[in-house]
Amino acid sequence: MSEEQIKNLEVQFEARIARDEKIEPKDWMPEKYRKTHIRQMSQHAHSEIVGMLPEGNWITRAPSLRRKVALLAKVQDEAGHGLYLYSACETLGVSRDELYEQLHSGKAKYSSIFNYPTITWADMGAVGWLVDGAAIINQVPLCNTSYGPYARAMVRVCKEESFHQRQGFEIMMKLANGAPEQKELAQDALNRWWWPSLMMLGPTDAESIHTEQSMKWKLKRKSNDDLRQQFIDQTVPQAELIGLTIPDPDLKWNEERQSYDFGEINWDEFWQVVKGHGPMNKERMKARVGAWEEGEWVRDAAMAYAEKKQARKQKQAI
Amino acid sequence: MSKNWPLWEIFVRSKNGLEHRHFGSLHAADAEMALENARDVYTRRNEGVSIWVVESVNITASNPEHNGEMFEPAQDKVYRHPTFYDLPDEVKHM
Repeated sequence: MSEEQIKNLEVQFEARIARDEKIEPKDWMPEKYRKTHIRQMSQHAHSEIVGMLPEGNWITRAPSLRRKVALLAKVQDEAGHGLYLYSACETLGVSRDELYEQLHSGKAKYSSIFNYPTITWADMGAVGWLVDGAAIINQVPLCNTSYGPYARAMVRVCKEESFHQRQGFEIMMKLANGAPEQKELAQDALNRWWWPSLMMLGPTDAESIHTEQSMKWKLKRKSNDDLRQQFIDQTVPQAELIGLTIPDPDLKWNEERQSYDFGEINWDEFWQVVKGHGPMNKERMKARVGAWEEGEWVRDAAMAYAEKKQARKQKQAI
Repeated sequence: MSKNWPLWEIFVRSKNGLEHRHFGSLHAADAEMALENARDVYTRRNEGVSIWVVESVNITASNPEHNGEMFEPAQDKVYRHPTFYDLPDEVKHM
C-alpha cells in the first residue's frame, strides 16, 4: 500500500470511531491502534492476575467463613477478569505466551498499587473499598471503548466488580464500629492505602503522555485528574459515615467548586514504584514467575494426556 | 518445553429458548478441559445452561476487506422486503 492509501484508510478509520462504530479484530486498523490496545489491554490483564497475590495472602486467615467465601470469590473473579482480557488481547494477533513473557521479564507493566504489602486483615477492607473503587472509576468508561472485544470484556468485568467494593467497605465498616483496636486497624489501613489509591488514577494531566490519543480512540473518556476528583468526592463521605479520617490535612470541601480540595500527591513515590522500587515489586514477580514455572509440569502433563486420549480414540476408529 | 494449550471459542446458551452466543475464548488441553474451564471462567453467576466449545482453528471467518462483494449485493434487492409492494389501503391483514 502507498503512503497515501494508508493515510486515506486512517482518515476513514478515525471517522468510524468518531461515529461510535466499533472496531472488530479482523478490521483494518492503524498499527499504532493495534499496539496501543495490546499494551493497555495486556497491562490491564496483568493487573488482574498480579492483583490476586496481595489478597490470596489472606484467604486462609480470613476471620470467618463468610469473609472467606467472599474473598475467595473475589480472587476467583480477578482470575476470570484476567482471562477475559487476555483473550480479548489475543484477538489482535499476540499470543498468550508472548503476553506472559512480557509480564515475567518486566517488559510489561501492571498496576503499581499491587506493589504495596497487605499486612493486616483491615487491608482486605481497604483494598476492596479503595483500590476496587478507583478501578471501577477507571473501568466503567471502557465499556464504551472503540475496540469491540475490549468493550465486551469490560461490560462483564464491571458487572462483577461492584460486589468487590461492597465486600471491602463492609469489612471496614465492621472494624470501624468494633473495639478500639479494630477501629485502629481500619484507620491504619486507610492511612496506608489512601494516597496509593489516588495515584492509581494515573499521573496528572500535564504529565500524562497518552491522554490525547486515548481520548480519540475512546480508551479514555475523562482525564486522570477528573477521575481522581470524582473518586475523592465519592469516597470522603463514605469514610465520614463510618467514622474514619482521610489522612490528608489539606482536604477541605470547596463550596464554590462543589468538590473537595486535596493535598499534594507524592509523585516521586509513584514513579519510584512504577520503576520497580516499591516495597513488593520483587516479591510479586517472584511469586508470579514461580507459579508459572512450577506449573509447567502440570500443563505439560495435561497436554500429553489429551494427546494420548486423542490417539486412543483414533485407534478405536480404525 | 512442550506444546502450548490450544485456543477454544466458547459459546453459552443463557437459558433454554435462546441461542448459544459467543462469550469469549480460553486455552485448554482438550475439549473436555475447555468445557470445565468455560464453566469457571464464563458462568460463575448462573450465566448459562449449556456450553459449546470449538477449537478456534476450526472457525472460518469472512474477511471484512471483502465486505463489499460479500454483503453489498443484498442492498439493492429491496423487492425482498414487504414494503416494496404497493397495496391499496383497503387490504387488511397482509
